[in-house]
Amino acid sequence: MAGIHPPVTDWATDFDHTDPVWAADPYPIWADIRASGCPVAHSERYGGVWLPTRHEDVSAIAYDTDHFTSQSVVVSEGRPMMPAPQGIAPPISSDPPFHHGARRLLLPAFSPKAVAVLEPFTRQYCNELLDAVEGKELVDGAVDYAQHIPVQVIAKMLGFPPEAADTFRMFVHNALEGVDLPVEKRIENFGLLDAYLRAQVDDHIANPRDDLTTFLLNAEMDGEPLNPEHVGGTIALLLIAGIDTTWSAIGASLWHLAKTPADRERLAAEPELLPFAVEEFLRAYAPVTMARLVKDDFEFNGCPMKANEWVLLPFPAANRDPEVFDNPDEVVIDRVENRHAAFGLGIHRCAGSNLARMEMQVAIEVWMDRFGDRFTLADPESVTWSGGQVRGPRQLPITVN
Amino acid sequence: MKVRVDQDKCQGHNRCYSLAPELFDVDDFGTAKELNDGVVPPGLEDKARLAVANCPEYAIELIED
Repeated sequence: MAGIHPPVTDWATDFDHTDPVWAADPYPIWADIRASGCPVAHSERYGGVWLPTRHEDVSAIAYDTDHFTSQSVVVSEGRPMMPAPQGIAPPISSDPPFHHGARRLLLPAFSPKAVAVLEPFTRQYCNELLDAVEGKELVDGAVDYAQHIPVQVIAKMLGFPPEAADTFRMFVHNALEGVDLPVEKRIENFGLLDAYLRAQVDDHIANPRDDLTTFLLNAEMDGEPLNPEHVGGTIALLLIAGIDTTWSAIGASLWHLAKTPADRERLAAEPELLPFAVEEFLRAYAPVTMARLVKDDFEFNGCPMKANEWVLLPFPAANRDPEVFDNPDEVVIDRVENRHAAFGLGIHRCAGSNLARMEMQVAIEVWMDRFGDRFTLADPESVTWSGGQVRGPRQLPITVN
Repeated sequence: MKVRVDQDKCQGHNRCYSLAPELFDVDDFGTAKELNDGVVPPGLEDKARLAVANCPEYAIELIED
């Protein structure tokens, strides 16, 4: 994809989260900024963007809904067209007080008990994916496996046709990885998503059924039905937010195991460690960096933030802060103390975190049941990572036997 | 030993519930609550410490006897 930004030469003053260097390995960039005298970096790109790198600063900004708005959480050249407090994709784009009700509507559908109901389906689907590559020596952990799992699960929850998986992934790619495109192109891409969702919503209005789409169409907030922008925005959020994030987390976990024989062998021998390993993969390879916009000119820890500048919230950087985590760059699959922020902090904690954890756990378990410790990275050089605010392996060739 | 969840800090990560379901429950919105007035039965002290040490929001307090 041809971007519109020149390569970064100075990461302290001109960083760009869509630069290929960041995509390939952002951890040294964050570590350098964190250790510098100025742990909140600034770049003139995207109309101004700030980058906190310490856990303390990332959490302070995540908690501060007075000075920072969630109206848009994806950094781009443009600025949000939908006004606060609802924003374009509630509740992720919403601010208090609207946020509270919009979020409470969704949470029960993603509670541990609701998610547990989806586990057998997820397990069966993961097994089908591996059945489809049976006999092959080379399996792509991202292309053949990880990328399909969250798409299938969210399509089932929303009541969308499962065969539209490739279409969903295109929308996700456009929304999250297409941020380095001109504004007109982004608007055109969102138009495609909008038209697709409208057709699904119309179908659900004509044929109501027991799924999240019908639930949202019938839902009420403060005694009133949701406005059409709210319904459409939330459906878009559910479709987009859970897909490449979880795909990235599953892929990064498999990448780590495929390149780390000691952890692979230990997890194969001690499967009861899996829940701890999943948390450690989430900490060390957290896929998601969120963003906020500065509401009004405001000084944060000595940084003169201007209204309408972006603030990236790199939860993966917070997760590597030595002030909070012992040996943060080491992956310890049975780490005992692990207050990682992979799903964010504060009122916008990822509403789908229970679902994502279930999918990760099942995906890794099914993979390990199938291959034991008999899989290894085919060629470290051919692994590619997505850039932007969701980072994970997009090509992950693994030799299995 | 007792545990106490600060429900204003709790954001529903559900870590305590998944690590120590004997000590915590969560409602439909993910908000955690300590069971049995937070009293940690003998033998579950390590689970209580684990839950505290894995809360991303620092919302659980451990009260040692």
